[in-house]
Amino acid sequence: MEPASETNLSSEVTISKKKKKVLTKDHWLAIGFLMPSIILILIFVYGFIGWTGYVSLSNWNTVVPDFSFAGLKNYIFLFQDFRFQADLRNNLFFTILFISVVLILGLVLAILLDQKMVRGESLFRNIFFFPMALSFVVTGVVWQWLLNPSTGVNLLLKHVGLEPKWYTDTSIIAGFELGKIEFGLPVAIISVVIAAVWQMTGFALAMYLAGLRNIDDEIREAARIDGCSEFQLYWKVIIPQLKPITMSIVIMMAHISLKIFDLIYAMTGPGANFVTDMPGVYMFETTFRGNYYANGAAIAIIMLLMVAIFILPYLWNSRREGR
Amino acid sequence: MKRLLTGVFILFSMLVLIACSGGNGSEETTGTSEETNGSSEGSSSSAKLEIFSWWTGAGEEDGLLALLELFQEKYPDIEVENAAVAGGAGTNAKAVLASRMQGNDPPATFQVHGGAELNDSWVAAGKMEPLDDLYEEEGWMDKFPEALIELVSYEGHIYSVPVNIHRSNVLWYNKKIFEEHGLTPPTTFDEFFEVAEALKEAGVTPLALGDKEPWTATHVFENILLAKLGPEDYGKLWTGEVPFDDERVVESAEIFKQMLAYINDDHSSRNWQDASQLVANGEAAMNIMGDWAKGYFVNDLGLTVNEDFGYVTTPETEGMFMVVTDTFGLPKGIENPDDVKKFLSVLGSVEGQDVFNPLKGSIPARVDADKSKYDEYGQDTMEDFQNDALAPSLAHGSAAPEGFLTRFNQAINIFVTQQDVEQFIEALKAAATDL
Repeated sequence: MEPASETNLSSEVTISKKKKKVLTKDHWLAIGFLMPSIILILIFVYGFIGWTGYVSLSNWNTVVPDFSFAGLKNYIFLFQDFRFQADLRNNLFFTILFISVVLILGLVLAILLDQKMVRGESLFRNIFFFPMALSFVVTGVVWQWLLNPSTGVNLLLKHVGLEPKWYTDTSIIAGFELGKIEFGLPVAIISVVIAAVWQMTGFALAMYLAGLRNIDDEIREAARIDGCSEFQLYWKVIIPQLKPITMSIVIMMAHISLKIFDLIYAMTGPGANFVTDMPGVYMFETTFRGNYYANGAAIAIIMLLMVAIFILPYLWNSRREGR
Repeated sequence: MKRLLTGVFILFSMLVLIACSGGNGSEETTGTSEETNGSSEGSSSSAKLEIFSWWTGAGEEDGLLALLELFQEKYPDIEVENAAVAGGAGTNAKAVLASRMQGNDPPATFQVHGGAELNDSWVAAGKMEPLDDLYEEEGWMDKFPEALIELVSYEGHIYSVPVNIHRSNVLWYNKKIFEEHGLTPPTTFDEFFEVAEALKEAGVTPLALGDKEPWTATHVFENILLAKLGPEDYGKLWTGEVPFDDERVVESAEIFKQMLAYINDDHSSRNWQDASQLVANGEAAMNIMGDWAKGYFVNDLGLTVNEDFGYVTTPETEGMFMVVTDTFGLPKGIENPDDVKKFLSVLGSVEGQDVFNPLKGSIPARVDADKSKYDEYGQDTMEDFQNDALAPSLAHGSAAPEGFLTRFNQAINIFVTQQDVEQFIEALKAAATDL
């Protein structure tokens, strides 16, 4: 553990506090080197988050800046807006589907690779990992053509009598009226999930593979000696051991899916009836095309809060464990 | 050791992740900052003349380059920089422009649709210089149509120089299909639906639409509005004098809804070029699009006007001209306003307009340009432009502020799927409170 914690700033600070050591020259040097980036981060990250929050409470909804206080007007507007309600629905279903499929597929592929049944494991690992090296924009453009109802895989599927409409499908599974929208799983979202899963499964696979390699063979042996079937071995011994890795993947995938923009923008756009729209796309369009700066800022703040719901408990947890 | 390994791995993968996601974001920002750097460096040395536009497509880029060449011939001392930002119908360029204007780093001059897109944004924000003097010096007051000068004016002052005119109320049709089925292009909505029904029975998609970007649907709808309200009352929609629950607007929505029964199924996966292609390939018979579609048919697809495809005005808009005009203005706070004025004077001259427009596929904004330089379609349109009643296009930013247009596009995007007229009219009324 030692070398890892030394590279970590926060633990260093806590160590020096606990031991009440006088700050040595090394410490001052370290702080000196860190100051510029700390100051820059304070201004350009936290300062601008604060600024966005301020704008979201203003009346700045034209090109001409207007910083008069609007209260929660922009937020109230958004939650009554058809498009934003649709965005929240889409984002919810996208996040759930995307994360669960990435986890399951990643784990299954990792377990298969871990069996050492096939030769050339590193080849397969690289093949699975490769899509992650691409930009979401590239993925989006490729899958836009693949899943285009008139040019893509449908040319093949046609022969077996299938013609799904993919991301142009406007129907909603198990829909019921909620607010202004029909709440349910938008079929079009599945196409986007396929593209996102294709790109990110390799990441989950690599994480799980590393995790599996870290589990001592002795544990498996012990379980087998105790009469554990292979299925039980994985379900009751291995997978629980992988929990911290699962957590990390969930956190990382959640922050990708909640703020997703590039994939949607390159692949489908907002979609007919906003079936593939996401808060990030709405934020961009309303701010830079409609000049609704305050509305856009309000969307940004809501997105920040959504990510915070996932990230804060995780940070809290890992801090406690760190102690 | 185990935890360390996982820890290091997690750290590493997070770095990769951050690098990846950072990469996407920074691509755009570097794009902008490069330009910013470019301009500030330029202005410190010899004040480069930065021409900002979104003309990067086939014909339009040639037109722009020819125009810049003409300018260089006349003013060899002034260094010109072509700062074009690619991206559909200027949406990316507008976002870049907005951040530069907000940051007080305007380009020397920039492309903007004449009308609300300029007047209600940068002119209202006090970021543009009036060009009344330039118009008088160059004697332009009677060289551009009065209605056009009115369009580029705000509170009695002129703010930009129109370089071209596109007509937006055009219905393009595949001649072979029409001949094959013995049909004549429709001039009224009744005729349109008769033709559409006949085509549908014959197994041809009657109307091609590509509304992946919803402005194309707005484009069709605004031409129905123009037909039903007439140029005058159509104009009053944007000032609030005619409300959106007017029965003629409701009627227009009903007609649009009826039209939607005749469009291609995959409309939401296509953009306007893809939709035009359906007409070119003979998969669809008609397409309502501005006359940049002619440029696409001729330059990109190699078709011939009046042989492969024909054109009529959209139903019931005979004698009306839906105008889309690209203009250039003079922002405040730049270092070389005199150079910009020289550029604008070339842009507004007969010579400038005649060098640009034949290549771009548009017609000149001036009434005294040389007709012989334009093709058959261009000559027809030039004549209509002088005689018809002009109406500003909503879908292309001339009629109403961008904010209203964004809301309008959202409402139409929902309408195309749900086809609920009542809800659509309500959404338009709600959007109109922003006007």
